[in-house]
Amino acid sequence: MTADLAARYPTIWRRRSRRESVIAWLWVAAVAAASVWSVSALDIEWLFFRDAHEQAIDLAQRMWPPRWSYLPQVVAPLIETIHIATLGTAIGVVFSLPLAFLAARNTTANGFTWAIGRALLVGSRSVNTVIWGLLFVAIFGPGPLAGIAAVAARSVGFLAKLVAEAIEEADRGPIEAIEATGASTWQVYLVGILPQVMPVLIGTTVYRWDINVRESSVLGFVGAGGIGIYLYASINQFAWQQVAVVLLAILAVVIASEAVSARIRARIS
Amino acid sequence: MNTAGYPTAWRPPSFFGTRGRQRLALAGALAYLAVSIGTLNIDPQRVLAGVGRAIDLFGRMIPPDFSRTGLLFRGMVESLQMAFAATLAGVVLSVPLGIAAARNLAPRPVYLAARGLIVVGRTFHEVIIAIFCVKLFGFGPVAGLITLAISSTIFLAKMLAEDIENVRVGPIEALRATGAGFGQVVVYAIVPQVLTRTTGTAIYRLDANVRHSTIVGIVGAGGIGHTLSASFSRYDYDFAAAILLCIIALVALGEWFSDWVRRRLR
Repeated sequence: MTADLAARYPTIWRRRSRRESVIAWLWVAAVAAASVWSVSALDIEWLFFRDAHEQAIDLAQRMWPPRWSYLPQVVAPLIETIHIATLGTAIGVVFSLPLAFLAARNTTANGFTWAIGRALLVGSRSVNTVIWGLLFVAIFGPGPLAGIAAVAARSVGFLAKLVAEAIEEADRGPIEAIEATGASTWQVYLVGILPQVMPVLIGTTVYRWDINVRESSVLGFVGAGGIGIYLYASINQFAWQQVAVVLLAILAVVIASEAVSARIRARIS
Repeated sequence: MNTAGYPTAWRPPSFFGTRGRQRLALAGALAYLAVSIGTLNIDPQRVLAGVGRAIDLFGRMIPPDFSRTGLLFRGMVESLQMAFAATLAGVVLSVPLGIAAARNLAPRPVYLAARGLIVVGRTFHEVIIAIFCVKLFGFGPVAGLITLAISSTIFLAKMLAEDIENVRVGPIEALRATGAGFGQVVVYAIVPQVLTRTTGTAIYRLDANVRHSTIVGIVGAGGIGHTLSASFSRYDYDFAAAILLCIIALVALGEWFSDWVRRRLR
């Protein structure tokens, strides 16, 4: 009897019950097991680590000082990079709006169309921009066109997912008011829902644009245009001082685009 | 009374404030479109040729060829392992960097140095970091692991620093009043407040690392990306389709898992 009571009303405070702490420890054990498995199975050659710092210092010395005379040559590809990001984002916005309405539970026609919308969302988002680049280079051939298509293909899913969530969370009041006036479905979408999701759409578009500038900087590695081609060529020629120029140029452009995007988003919200 | 000047039809208000400004924005967008397409010299004939080639490409992708299961499985597992080990390394390394980048904990020079490191590190895409890691550590998954570890550290440190800056100051002041040292303040005042959110961010990063681990292979840093780019360059499109479907499945699974864990944490 007294032992029972002691078990029921412990005198020492514990944060977790016994069951909770067992579950917590099981999680820790699972994480530990997974990490041991992944590190051991990767066949890490620790020898490479021994001189990595020397190699890094050597590389840094070769990159310094940057060969500034190379800068005029990279200005045009840098502008091309920004164009790829901007045009890709723009195409992405155009396609993301109908997809968002298709993938939102309250605006889609039926379960089947919703499933199609969701599948397109997942497919677009799961494939990285660079992999989309591989695919579109096979279709359009090397050049900025493939890059634009790749950026657009990846952005569609990103934008549509967030806009679809905004549509699902849209205020019912205005929608019902417009329905009550006898508006058609299109009018309800256009006047009732679209203005409500507009801030989300513009905010995510600007945010995605700034991510896309960064992604476009590497699209050249698979032949999809932009500054990446020059970076890859300079690395393959071991022209490290040119590499330094390209990296600094990318740094400047990405930081500038991030600042622009942050300012626009701060003004919207 | 003259009502002719009043409109009889209602038009929704413009997003840009006035009609004039809306027209200006539209004209600006069109002008930009014309200029950018002009400078990129996009050939309409190539666009049209692309449509035919796309149909041909998708025709050759169907049905996807899953017959090389060994190669496919090894690549996927390697990507997953890289993602997992990198997340772990990122979590461990992000703690000191995150504390150093928190304005309310670190001294000013340390804070500025850590923030600078984060800004510069975030600028470079994983693939750029991967090239350098391949140069330093040789081809293979180790380079990919280190690439993802670097970008995870920077991302997690940024999120951790923001969480630390948003903690309530009450507990910190209470602990300082008892004469607690820096380490004790961190353990007893900061950790309990940021632990849940940080676990959530780490799980999100695991999911992001799974996604990124599929591309670092393109520059030779291991994982399924290498197999994928090789199959594209050999016009082996049905195998490429199989790899793409596996990547989509893995990423979708990772996203679902990360959503599930984060919902449970809340």
